[in-house]
Amino acid sequence: MELLCPAGSLPALKTAIDCGADAVYIGLKDDTNARHFAGLNFNDKKLAKGAQYVRDHNKHLHVAINTFAHPGGEKRWQNAVDKCVDLGANAAIIADIATLDYAANKYPELELHLSVQASATNTATIDFYKQNFNVKRVVLPRVLSIHQVKQLARHTDVPLEVFAFGSLCIMAEGRCYLSSYFTGESPNTVGACSPAKYVRWSETEKGLESRLNDILIDRYQKDEKAGYPTLCKGKFNVDNKLYHALEEPTSLNTLSMVPELMKANICSVKIEGRQRSPAYVEQITRVWREAIDSYKANPALYQVKDEWNRVLANVSEGSQTTLGAYHRDWQ
Amino acid sequence: MKLSLGPLLYYWPKQNIEDFYQQALSSEADVIYLGETVCSKRRELKPRDWITLAKSLNGQGKEVILSSMALLEAPSEVKVLKQLCENGELSVEANDVGAIQLLSELKVPFVCGPAINCYNASVINLFVNKGMQRWAMPVELSRDWLAQTVSDCEDLGIRSQFEIEVFAHGFMPLAYSARCFTARSENKAKDDCELCCIKYPQGRPTTTQEDQQVFVLNGIQTQSGYCYNLINDIASMQGLVDVARISPSDDQAFSVLQQYREAVTTGITPVKLAQKECNGFWHKIAGLQTQY
Repeated sequence: MELLCPAGSLPALKTAIDCGADAVYIGLKDDTNARHFAGLNFNDKKLAKGAQYVRDHNKHLHVAINTFAHPGGEKRWQNAVDKCVDLGANAAIIADIATLDYAANKYPELELHLSVQASATNTATIDFYKQNFNVKRVVLPRVLSIHQVKQLARHTDVPLEVFAFGSLCIMAEGRCYLSSYFTGESPNTVGACSPAKYVRWSETEKGLESRLNDILIDRYQKDEKAGYPTLCKGKFNVDNKLYHALEEPTSLNTLSMVPELMKANICSVKIEGRQRSPAYVEQITRVWREAIDSYKANPALYQVKDEWNRVLANVSEGSQTTLGAYHRDWQ
Repeated sequence: MKLSLGPLLYYWPKQNIEDFYQQALSSEADVIYLGETVCSKRRELKPRDWITLAKSLNGQGKEVILSSMALLEAPSEVKVLKQLCENGELSVEANDVGAIQLLSELKVPFVCGPAINCYNASVINLFVNKGMQRWAMPVELSRDWLAQTVSDCEDLGIRSQFEIEVFAHGFMPLAYSARCFTARSENKAKDDCELCCIKYPQGRPTTTQEDQQVFVLNGIQTQSGYCYNLINDIASMQGLVDVARISPSDDQAFSVLQQYREAVTTGITPVKLAQKECNGFWHKIAGLQTQY
């Protein structure tokens, strides 16, 4: 089982490789990827250096091209695929059918991974992408239970990759327009959810308020820890009851599931967080490397160490972690 | 321009559903979509009942289309999808790529529903080759996006091979989750939801701490807090859009259809949208905003 780590910058990429990642995934410096943030991602020079570093260490490089091509702008997504090939990347992670079509026809040798943003949750959908574009791997959305993941793994011969750790998208990825409903910009069209330029913080008599495009997301009292106002993680009223109507600020953590994921033949565990710092990448990568190696060394004795959970909780949203949809109770 | 009645997105008692569709037969709708698109546990009408109901409406002057689920996770849900696709008579609205796979294998013509990520002419071209007859654009896209896509389709020479539908009125489906937000709002686990959606025939309104209605919770689906309304934009759809969709919340949908019919046939003077209405997506601004 491959450990696949995020790299939003060259230092993060080097850190991931140095700390034990089997592969890293990166994005180009434009809206062809779903972490299109200022100061993040790779220009041509950094791309070449990053690719070289990965090659020198005999690891794998995946390039995320996981937004949807704009009409009249399809060239940009095609260029991203061209670049990925020129770089000698091991795989392109693609969401848009138009981009997959281009890549599959022009570069039959390029390994294509179906991005989580394509939202493939069942065998019929996986068949579609396999038959039409010969995808070699499917990244599963974080909406499936572990039972459903195992079922899928049994019923398809396409290798599956799952999210193992990081910020938790609670909606089927790629099919969520909440961000554009609030701001006009969504992961699919712009490559960002709840974009930072719409975030406003203000101290008020009622507490510290976080807003997204002027819409109140949450209000914190003095003793409360404030988090980034991702809109699905705000506090809202339903019939006069105020609570996290959709989801608490929390991160996905599946360390306890390593044995099940291994047994289900999951080919890769993905760590979320290209927008995070090299320090985050370092801690997460070390913990996950150790966890996977300890299982491989002695499956029967595998146990999640308290120390691992402590490290992961420190870098988690709201310092909380959850098994998310993998565990039916969460649903 | 034709008018369509979108699939009922909420969970109603069987009798109410059947009454609703009887009324739909004499409504201004040219196209009627029906079927469960949100949650497979909603079984007031079982898949077979939906097919029977749809077939009974067919041949009475309306185009009848079976709508399928947006989020398919369990093998049993794919089985139901197969059952819909094999109905032998009616076209199907695909709301997941898996449905397009099955429908193209069966050579059944289909509508690409708004829950499918079809964002450009290349994808449309590929879907047309698989039997797509109508493309319902994702709700977050604008008129500009559509116009550019149409122009790309003209360049590809495929514009005449499919129709274009736009979600014009109603609470927009914005997201689908593993989690059931209606069950959560009642402190119930999803596995033990007691089908509580049936208590909320228009979903559960959700507001900010400043009383701004931002969402409507509808099972695993999160809808827009405001009702989308493109009544003032019908003129700007002419020549671009073939079908305007009215998504029903209750039988008010039939009077909305009448208003839209008037707007389509004779044109109307622009009206001020109600406070909890919006039209932002069409105008390339935040969805919940309104542009006059």
